[in-house]
Amino acid sequence: MADKHITPMLDELENGPWPSFISGIKRLRDQHSDSRVSGVANSLLGQLEHSYETRKGYWKGGTVSVFGYGSGIIPRFSEVGDAFPESREFHTLRVQPPAGNFYTTDMLRQLGKSWEKHGSGLQTFHGQTGNIMFIGASTENTQHFFDEINEYGWDLGGAGPCVRTGMCCVGAARCEQANIDGIKIHRTLLNNFTDDIHRPALPYKFKFKVSGCPNDCVNSIERADFAIIGTWKDDMKVNQDEVKDFVEKKGRKYLIDNVITRCPTNCLSLKDDDTLEVDNRNCVKCMHCLNVMPKALSPGDDKGATILMGGKRTLKVGDLMGTVIVPFMKLDTEEDYEKLTELAEETIDFWAENGLEHERCGEMIERIGLVNFLDGIGLEVDPNMVADPTTSSYVRMDGWDDEAEKWFKDKLQSVEA
Amino acid sequence: MSKEQVEKKVNRSPIETGCPDAFQYMHPLMRKNYGQWAYHEDPRPGVLKHVAHSGDAIWTIKAGTQRILDVITLNLLCDIGDKYADGYVRFTIRSNIEYMVDQESKVGPLIVELEKNGFVVGGTKNSVAMIAHTQGWLHCDIPGTDAAGVVKAMMDEVIDEFKGWNMPNRVHMTTSCCQINCGGQGDIAINVQYTKPPKINHDLVSNVCERPSVVARCPVAAIRPAMVNGKPSLEVDEKKCICCGACYPPCPPMQINDAEHTKLSVWVGGNHSNARGKPTFQKLVAAGIPNNPPRWPEATAIVKKILRAYRDDAKDWERISDWVERIGWPRFFELTGLPFTKFHINNWKGARNSLNASTHIRF
Ligand code: SF4
Ligand code: SF4
Repeated sequence: MADKHITPMLDELENGPWPSFISGIKRLRDQHSDSRVSGVANSLLGQLEHSYETRKGYWKGGTVSVFGYGSGIIPRFSEVGDAFPESREFHTLRVQPPAGNFYTTDMLRQLGKSWEKHGSGLQTFHGQTGNIMFIGASTENTQHFFDEINEYGWDLGGAGPCVRTGMCCVGAARCEQANIDGIKIHRTLLNNFTDDIHRPALPYKFKFKVSGCPNDCVNSIERADFAIIGTWKDDMKVNQDEVKDFVEKKGRKYLIDNVITRCPTNCLSLKDDDTLEVDNRNCVKCMHCLNVMPKALSPGDDKGATILMGGKRTLKVGDLMGTVIVPFMKLDTEEDYEKLTELAEETIDFWAENGLEHERCGEMIERIGLVNFLDGIGLEVDPNMVADPTTSSYVRMDGWDDEAEKWFKDKLQSVEA
Repeated sequence: MSKEQVEKKVNRSPIETGCPDAFQYMHPLMRKNYGQWAYHEDPRPGVLKHVAHSGDAIWTIKAGTQRILDVITLNLLCDIGDKYADGYVRFTIRSNIEYMVDQESKVGPLIVELEKNGFVVGGTKNSVAMIAHTQGWLHCDIPGTDAAGVVKAMMDEVIDEFKGWNMPNRVHMTTSCCQINCGGQGDIAINVQYTKPPKINHDLVSNVCERPSVVARCPVAAIRPAMVNGKPSLEVDEKKCICCGACYPPCPPMQINDAEHTKLSVWVGGNHSNARGKPTFQKLVAAGIPNNPPRWPEATAIVKKILRAYRDDAKDWERISDWVERIGWPRFFELTGLPFTKFHINNWKGARNSLNASTHIRF
């Protein structure tokens, strides 16, 4: 290893009680048995200190991929590589985690071992999209590391204009609020699009995220092009004994102030005998009362999912939330899953054909209008899709009678079904 | 090696397995009770107890780490998992590690061991959660600041709020090191805000940039192709430019980062949950904050001010967005002591929807 770089600014980040990533990189520099790993750590610290001093980043992108794939690697070449040569090439591999981010310690060790053999020994569980980030390998070792972990079951995630690695909450594995099998949904969808993950050919990125209930722990409405959120249609379950117990422990005032009056649609009331009455037809499944009283209240039995599409962050038209596209669909049988996959395929196909370069699905919906989008993916309008009907009269409304007739016919059909 | 063998070695075809099966890595109790959980309790900060309809119970111990994990620390976390837990872990979307154990008696010793090794047990219920962050100077190609450093410095200061249950409801914080805001929405978000148009390195533009796609990237059509010093380059209408930095990723010579003029801003009220109200986006509350490594004290001071006002004034279960909705923005600025400026007024598409079209005013 070259002389240790002096890092007075980074050293400041070793103070304080929260675990320090700087101390961690120094451990690699000072304690790791492989001189390649310690050399890379030293060099990285040197470049990072330089960034802290000058308040600028010094990485640039480029093109690096493993054989057979066009995505999954984030290339990083140093602009100051002459001063910090050991970390001159410092690419990240994005590796797809299992849905729900579960690991055995044995598997973590094995991954760590492969990574210190070929890479920097630095990793993050997980990046913002949801990948395991193996941070820092040379161009050559990128391939070696991938070859090694690919042999024991790990594959790369997306990067660039492609289907990206998905995300789902812990869900049915450990949460009483889960209404859907998030792990199965995540894996079914992602593995249906493996080709679109590894070979970027879409207008821009496309993200699937799955939350077990409307608490939406994976931020899918705000961040996913295609959000699948568990919900239920029938009455929520009320355990009146637990309600009484809650009143006894916390008091009536607490229950009224924190549950009854906080329901957004005013559908809860506490009766004189300390039992709870729920107006289920007006409950919007916001989850608040279930969050406060998880022992007393639970989702119903008629479970399924709401699908929202078009969420994204700032670039380029500003942040957009997802919009309800399917108010409710069952996800029990294999046919249900096929329907879900078909919907995702229709959506991606339509967007691939109609989206402009670098335009997210939500931006396309914004540009062409929801009605055209629904037309494109073969779905009918539904009042659950809007917060309000239009407030503008500047709309062409010839063809009203046909549309009205269609509405009544569809309604009749769904009653008969 | 024959030529064929060499080629085969170089061109190993990937096995396209995609997303792996999660069940092989899941604690046996979770496998057994999959989809059959009845309720949960919160025995103490950082610990969850989930009970299944079968009567089985599982305890989860959540710990904050440095997120950028070196392999030595990763092995240490695994050692702890083997010795004090059942060898199964998972990571939350905010990069905390969770250990699952099948007996209550394992909870205490595990916590002791985690804390002895410097990890921080907490982050459940009405706490300040681990700050979600992006890559920053450590690894991003367009960063205005260092995300991991900002987060480390801030978590040092709010560690007691991570470890305890002192907040009206949970507080999710995020950071982003450019205005694309990969960090996402948060109850409090600390994001880079550029304040000057890009400085163009004209010598490089024609070599590295696809000019039409850079022109197309600009949200306000401020970029046009131009000849500079006899070479094809780009120019920016600096009056039109909103200093968003969108042109920088496709064209690194459009240098948007600047040691002095890249600032930090703070946004509040982003909420992903549907609980009570519908999900909300975060809103600007403070900007012009110096990008001041290595510990960014000015940004942390503002975040702490907001946390204090929220803690003292909000009702139980109110997220920051709920709280502001109840008390109104004028009171928010009053309680936090932050200035309200012309920059807080939205000027973007649909801006008038964010203006007050009523006489609802709290005096
Ligand atoms: S889930 Fe939400 S909407 Fe439904 S009853 Fe509870 S608080 Fe009201
Ligand atoms: S910084 Fe943004 S507004 Fe300014 S020229 Fe670049 S893309 Fe356009």
